[in-house]
Amino acid sequence: MAWRRLTRGATRALALMAGVTTGAAKADLPGDAEAGKDLYAVCSACHQVGVNARDRVGPHLNGIFGCRAAAHEGYRYSASMERAGTDGLVWTFETLDAYIENPRALVSRTRMSFRGMHDPEDRVNLLAYLQKYSDSAANAHEAQPKAQPVADDLDPAILDIEGDAEYGEYLATECLTCHKADGSADGIPSITRWPEEAFVIVMHEYKNKVRPNPVMQMMAGRLTNEEIAALAAYFSTLR
Amino acid sequence: MKLNRRMFIGTGAAAAASLSAPPVIGQARPRVVVVGGGSGGATAARYIARDSEGAIHVTLVEPSRTYYTCYFSNLYIGGFQNYDDLGHGYGGLATNYGVNVMHDWAIGVDRDAKTVTLAGGSSLPYDKLILSPGIDFVEGSVPGWSIADQDVMPHAYKGGTQAQLLKAQIMAMPEGGTFAMIAPPNPYRCPPGPYERISMVAHALSQNNPTAKILLVDPKPGFSKQALFEEGWLKHYSGMIERIGPDFGAENVSVDPAAMTVDIDGMIEEVDVCNVIPAQKAGRIAELAGVTEGNWAPVNPADMSSRADADIYVLGDASQQGDMPKSGYSANSQAKVCANAVRGALTDSRVFPARYSNTCWSLIATNDGVKVGATYEPTEEKIAEVDGFISQTGEDADLRKATYEESLGWYAGITSDMFG
Repeated sequence: MAWRRLTRGATRALALMAGVTTGAAKADLPGDAEAGKDLYAVCSACHQVGVNARDRVGPHLNGIFGCRAAAHEGYRYSASMERAGTDGLVWTFETLDAYIENPRALVSRTRMSFRGMHDPEDRVNLLAYLQKYSDSAANAHEAQPKAQPVADDLDPAILDIEGDAEYGEYLATECLTCHKADGSADGIPSITRWPEEAFVIVMHEYKNKVRPNPVMQMMAGRLTNEEIAALAAYFSTLR
Repeated sequence: MKLNRRMFIGTGAAAAASLSAPPVIGQARPRVVVVGGGSGGATAARYIARDSEGAIHVTLVEPSRTYYTCYFSNLYIGGFQNYDDLGHGYGGLATNYGVNVMHDWAIGVDRDAKTVTLAGGSSLPYDKLILSPGIDFVEGSVPGWSIADQDVMPHAYKGGTQAQLLKAQIMAMPEGGTFAMIAPPNPYRCPPGPYERISMVAHALSQNNPTAKILLVDPKPGFSKQALFEEGWLKHYSGMIERIGPDFGAENVSVDPAAMTVDIDGMIEEVDVCNVIPAQKAGRIAELAGVTEGNWAPVNPADMSSRADADIYVLGDASQQGDMPKSGYSANSQAKVCANAVRGALTDSRVFPARYSNTCWSLIATNDGVKVGATYEPTEEKIAEVDGFISQTGEDADLRKATYEESLGWYAGITSDMFG
């Protein structure tokens, strides 16, 4: 099972789940939340936090501290993450610290395509920032959400386009040269099982060169709105 | 070993007969035969068999039981990849999608009867034939070298044991010795390949034999990703690599494998290892099928069908299509367009407009990856570039590392897209 491939950080997390330690280090995280806000930029490509945060490519992170893993209704987690939640993984400072250090060491087949944040101080700062959105609903509303440049500007009509999944299957063959159909990720992110809307938004962010990566900017650049909808429709069906 | 047609018939029959299943006769299902199990052929076979869900009988003819990718063989030479990890079997294509994989050589095509002859004696009827044979070398393109010399002066420009030989020779070089490469003229497979190889040889030597020299003899005035490679060579391997271009006689080069010398416009260089990458042409079966003009097989940009025969398609390095570089990525991209067209022609499935793309990643040194890529579309006369990008000089180390890691992801992706 997933827990066999554990590293030092993950072992710490497992100890927590087994009740060796209790509770999140909620009250007095020593980190610098301002520094954490800058570090969060990399997370914001997939995760929203703050006012009106919603599940996108990744689940939103409001209230993450104290939350059981894979707890958001309607968000499609990996089987690994679902199992971790069932097995009792709760997000605390220690478990989040281990997860962010090396996501796959804690949840072996997580779909989170993040190589890990190796500097312990960076992780403390990032978690200090995230914790502001967990303390209370009131605090969450005090902080401004990260800008979502395309999501906010995207013509709602584009999100309403019904994708031709069969055309999407053909178009997807171009994606599958690099992105694996089984959803595993090793150097190139998984693109299966995304919510259709998130897929469309992300592709338009590449098309408009808001997101970096020249390969994706080029690939998305020649896709029409209908073709992006077709791809989203197809990929949302992949298991 | 270069096999000619007579040798196939004479020597191949006994060995191949035990490998080949007899072709199935009298089936109503339309038949597709794919020759060549690399990036173009394996992809085409997989997509046609998978997406037709049994409606099309697909046979893949490929001599090797394990396919060793040519891409990433430079990383093996540099010490960044295990040789075994470059090998891929065909079991998945047979088991998962019902592809009839025949480990045999295709030695002839009868376009009137629409059959492919195999060295093992079989004759395979086809409704559509897909040729993806890769490259062969132009004899005499490097005077003094023939394919019989490949054990002394390896080309290492097809996947497999040649890369092992070249690496062993590099590791056995005397201290302070000289590695020479004769680079190929355009067009050839994998435009950045020779220069990535120079980088990987330099990396290996800088670890094991730091006073060794590298002599790059290049008949071309310029080359792919030149600014990026030259920046990297200066940064990582300063003083180790000397490039001799056409203005210094590289167009007039010959080799002497017995003496281990290279003659560059009358200047004789003694070398310890000589990597000869000759001029290239379409794999021989394309020529035998009569679909080549000159060295390559011209194709229709809309679906990769041969200009000479509407029932034959030519994919990858062997094809002459326009702006796409000869690369595994290109072949894989072309195969998907071809598969969609072939299925449409044989089963009335939907046919969508062709769209092509390519990206080539290269590794210059540890965690120093670069890339170049483009998208393409068919026009009347050729596959034409639409948009492209290239890594920039002076990029920071994090970006170069991310680019290298992306290339590892691509390798995992394309090989599962071919064999998975």
